[in-house]
Amino acid sequence: MVIEDEVMISMQAVNKWYGDFHVLKDINLTVNKGERIVVCGPSGSGKSTLIRCLNRLEEHQAGTIKVQGIEINNDLKNIDEIRREVGMVFQHFNLFPHLTILENCTLAPIWVRKTPKAEAEAIAMKYLERVKIPEQAHKYPGQLSGGQQQRVAIARSLCMEPKLMLFDEPTSALDPEMIKEVLDTMVSLAEDGMSMICVTHEMGFARKVANRVIFMDEGQIVEQNEPEEFFQNPQSDRTKLFLSQILGH
Amino acid sequence: MTQHSHDSVFVRTVDAETLPPPQNQSGIRGWLWRNLFYSVMDYSSVGASVRSLAMLFFTVLVSYVGITQLWYLLDFVFLSAVWSDPTGIKREACWTVSQGGTLPDDWHAACWPFVFAKLKFLAYGPYPMDELWRVNVTGLLGLAGIFWLLIEALPFRRLVGVLMLTAYPVIALILLTGGASDANYVNSGAYILVGLALITVGRLGQRGLLGVLASDFASIIGFVGWSLIVYQVLMLIFSVDVGLEPVGTGDWGGLLITLVVAVTGIVVSLPLGVVLALGRRSNMPVARLLCTIFIEFWRGVPLISVLFMASVMIPLFLPEGVNFDKLMRALIGVMLFSAAYMAEVVRGGLQAIDKGQYEAAEAMGLTYWQSMRQIILPQALTHVIPGIVNTFIGLFKDTTLVSIIGLFDLLGAGKSAIADASWSSPVQAISIYLFVAFIFFVFCFGMSRYSIFMENKLSKSRSH
Repeated sequence: MVIEDEVMISMQAVNKWYGDFHVLKDINLTVNKGERIVVCGPSGSGKSTLIRCLNRLEEHQAGTIKVQGIEINNDLKNIDEIRREVGMVFQHFNLFPHLTILENCTLAPIWVRKTPKAEAEAIAMKYLERVKIPEQAHKYPGQLSGGQQQRVAIARSLCMEPKLMLFDEPTSALDPEMIKEVLDTMVSLAEDGMSMICVTHEMGFARKVANRVIFMDEGQIVEQNEPEEFFQNPQSDRTKLFLSQILGH
Repeated sequence: MTQHSHDSVFVRTVDAETLPPPQNQSGIRGWLWRNLFYSVMDYSSVGASVRSLAMLFFTVLVSYVGITQLWYLLDFVFLSAVWSDPTGIKREACWTVSQGGTLPDDWHAACWPFVFAKLKFLAYGPYPMDELWRVNVTGLLGLAGIFWLLIEALPFRRLVGVLMLTAYPVIALILLTGGASDANYVNSGAYILVGLALITVGRLGQRGLLGVLASDFASIIGFVGWSLIVYQVLMLIFSVDVGLEPVGTGDWGGLLITLVVAVTGIVVSLPLGVVLALGRRSNMPVARLLCTIFIEFWRGVPLISVLFMASVMIPLFLPEGVNFDKLMRALIGVMLFSAAYMAEVVRGGLQAIDKGQYEAAEAMGLTYWQSMRQIILPQALTHVIPGIVNTFIGLFKDTTLVSIIGLFDLLGAGKSAIADASWSSPVQAISIYLFVAFIFFVFCFGMSRYSIFMENKLSKSRSH
């Protein structure tokens, strides 16, 4: 599934600061088309910041980031183009509470892609079926459970038919009994060959779908490896400590 | 239900029954208990008894005061009031025996024939009698439009809304003033050409043909061009002689002035306030600074001084011969003043929106204006409906201040009606003030109820 010669993302010597705080240090990362990457690490290690730099929700101060060959810089046209191709799912869903599920899903296709309304609704229904909640299309987000809301958020991103999906801790705000339904959706997405970068602590998910696991600490990539190797045979002490803390109970 | 011998182990085998609530919790009896007797019927301990007795005492006291005052008002306004003056004796209809009239000496109530006689003056002020139909047509058109917009079941609401904001003000102004204002066709033509040129520059700039700087300011240049053209075209429309007798704003008065000032203020202050609020939260330092200065300046001065400045100071600075209509000056003052307040109300709503909403909109690729229009403002404005309506109501009542610069609004008209000696009586002033207060109350209460209706409707459609 991974296409080696088609580079989706390349980050070279990326650095970022929040004021004096050096939050991303010398990040070098290449992601190929169809790759599924899991990013993990202790809180405050810069994992969310890393993926938020990929669609310019955060600005990096040094280094180059290219998404599908388009460089992310101050040129708004580039940013718009990248955002059209990159979907993002947030920890707190961030659905629009004043719009129905269907309207949530058709908003971006209609306004950004200029898709006619009827067509946008057909696409939306297709993806709502895909995440198994077409019957909720005319409800408001507040009437859905957390797991359902997160699945809607995934469908909403898919409606833009993105080339890459970013997941920022998609299951961290969910009740334990709802995590599975969201992970199942993500697994089926991965099986269809979607390129994705997930910040998550769901190690079961990482083992199951990831091509590569990246471990970050204090703003740097400390270790990256294939999941089996990463979990069975961690190299650095920091990785060992982290794994022992999250897997040790 | 079985229980194991172990105290710490418990397994429920039969589901607990679902029981109805206690009687004093539901139905009419429950309502009466919770709302009337709960606080005064508890005598189970010394403390509770003292509390119940105190509650009982205050309940009786407040009811007594409330009912007697209400009765007094009812008597004054309806039961003892003089309703008609069939013989046309004017003031003597509301005089007691000792004052020279026929009413008993202890009579003290409203004198409605006086108010009825002044109704036209209260509504239109000194507007010429033969031309009142113009005001009526304007008012009826406006009322019809507003009702159309407020009732959601009606079709074409968007079209009606657009017409109410564009065509209606033009029609209203022509009807009320009579149109046929002076116009300088050469100047207007020149300005329109300048406007067209600016629009062209804006278009070219947008395509990046005039360099980076021009493309950044393209939309502003285009906007200025369009405003120039719209302004000049309006001037030309107003200069058309439609055969109506001109009526200067000096002849307007009463409810007419109150409504003109209030409606213009309300209609302009909301969008202007939204723009100012967005500007104050913008990332662009210059826009932010300008909006902040504007808001803080207008909030920092009393409306009275704004109106004074508008009517006394501005003419001093204008070159000789340039004359700005007095009502127009007051209108601009009221608009800018209430826009500053509105901006802060809207900013409160913007701040209540979760950062995630902005991020989700951005991540989907919506532009700034798209995300504001589709995502942020609908939510922010819904949050602050009470504050917005509060500002509207405040603005509506503040229109009475225009009487300070010699415009006769509803209250001012009432005041000058009192000066009519042919109706002079001890209850003359109180009658007309009661009536004016009633009119203000009807408008303000109407706004308040509609806003509550909107809140309920919006919160129902998106229960959280």
